[in-house]
Amino acid sequence: MIETSKAEASKTEALRISGLDCFYGEVQVLYGLDLVLNKGEVLCLFGRNGAGKTTTLKAIMGLVPSSAGSIKLAGRELTGLPAHEVPKAGVAYVPQGRRLFAEMTVAENIEIGLMARGKGKAVRENVLDLFPLLRQRLRQRSGTLSGGEQQMLAMARALCLEPQVLLLDEPTEGLMPSMIAKIRETVSKLREMHVSTILVEQRVDAVLSVADRVSFIENGRNRETVDVEELRADPSAVRRYVGVG
Amino acid sequence: MSEASPAKAYSLHLGVIALLFVLSFVLPDYYHGLLARIMVLAVFAMGYNMLFGYVGLLSLGHAMFFGAGLYGAGLAIIQLGWSVPLAFLGGIACGAVLALVIGLLALRTTGVAFMIVTMMFAQVCYLLILYFAAWTGGDQGQVVPQPARVLNLGATSLDLTNPTVRYMSALVLFSLVLLVTLAVVRSRYGRVLVAIRENEERTKMLGYDTFSNKLIAVVVSGTVCAASGAAYALLFGYVGSSFASVQYSILPLLWVLLGGAATTLGPLIGTVFMYYVIDVTSGYTSAYLLIVGIALIVLVLFFPKGILGSIRQRWLGWLP
Repeated sequence: MIETSKAEASKTEALRISGLDCFYGEVQVLYGLDLVLNKGEVLCLFGRNGAGKTTTLKAIMGLVPSSAGSIKLAGRELTGLPAHEVPKAGVAYVPQGRRLFAEMTVAENIEIGLMARGKGKAVRENVLDLFPLLRQRLRQRSGTLSGGEQQMLAMARALCLEPQVLLLDEPTEGLMPSMIAKIRETVSKLREMHVSTILVEQRVDAVLSVADRVSFIENGRNRETVDVEELRADPSAVRRYVGVG
Repeated sequence: MSEASPAKAYSLHLGVIALLFVLSFVLPDYYHGLLARIMVLAVFAMGYNMLFGYVGLLSLGHAMFFGAGLYGAGLAIIQLGWSVPLAFLGGIACGAVLALVIGLLALRTTGVAFMIVTMMFAQVCYLLILYFAAWTGGDQGQVVPQPARVLNLGATSLDLTNPTVRYMSALVLFSLVLLVTLAVVRSRYGRVLVAIRENEERTKMLGYDTFSNKLIAVVVSGTVCAASGAAYALLFGYVGSSFASVQYSILPLLWVLLGGAATTLGPLIGTVFMYYVIDVTSGYTSAYLLIVGIALIVLVLFFPKGILGSIRQRWLGWLP
């Protein structure tokens, strides 16, 4: 029975984190964190600064070593893999602050993403269809793009890997409203394309508009995961964990 | 990174090679010999630029790779009686193996630590040269005998001590390394190196094994520097410990900074500039280093990215 339920779970789950402990030196940051990302959904990690949201993403990517627990991508264990192997397994990460290759042009940034997994022109075109604005900026140095355009490029580069799971760390941070709307629109499009997404977000309106489920992270633990519909009906959880809403 | 079409970039580099070829026939004897030496040392700078300019790893120990090529080739002739081609290949092999070992150890560090570690390894190599003076000649160095510096090509032979042969040999090596560098820089691998320089963690997050890519860069860089050292021993007939000293680790850094880091022709421009400024100013005053120092300060102030780097930034964005 247990084996059957595990097999069924792996059909619907894109990523499962179980009992994850992570430390920065001597300081423990994640305490037995559990999280499930279903296939094709947008799961939002919500919580105060320092709650462990970014560390969770970094742990998935192998940037922060885990001392206990497991991270499984469609049943495949990711813990213990070298950091550069995680993207090859099918996880792409767009970090906070974008971190583009500023001296390279937009086209070169995209090419670096394509080369990483040996992807060709078709993937490039698909990605540029998602971000038509970048098409007009291909020869521009990425360091000279606006914040919103840089965010689009960071997402485009990550999508060149054709990931099963996309990790977005505060993609709307510091952007003007029109750009925020475009980023949200793109996240919704990705869901339609069956890309499973974990989104770290601080803005309640963004969470309610794009997420399917929300996990409240507090003190390195996943306190509660709720459907966004429940949250709309009863936003008390937002007040409880971050004191706003 | 530039967006130059391959034809434009290769035309420029072939033009520079053609110019150096023509100069062989018009330069007076003194400058003819000086330019041959500069071309060999520019290869050393190009090897250094591969690591410093494109990967962003600042090494203060590249004299050990130049020294490995120099002693590898020189001692192969002096002590083992090898032929010129074998000695040249032996010198290159010494540099490649040393670069692999040093790379495996030094790449565990980054930034200032990498700089210090490479400097310490270079000092070890320098002291080993002095310690094994019976073989290496110690601080006196050794002269590679003139009769042994002949390249036999079947029915004919080339005397490497002949100024024209020496110049053309230096030009062939320089041209080869320049074109290979251009090809590498424009290749996918070259773009990954630049990505590592820009943001190593991000490059890793795209799925690139940055350690392996950096290790390959160290080996390529060390091998090119060793080729320069081996050519120096064979063309100029002297192997000496001063070429493995810390001064020769700093010089290529200076040449590259002057010419423009991460530009393919910058190392040549930087080496030419330094050599000719020293040459000209030393004719007027014994305090020529003071003038060189002032020239360097002016250059850094007005051309912070080096001569070609600044030209690329301000006017010719396509320069590779």
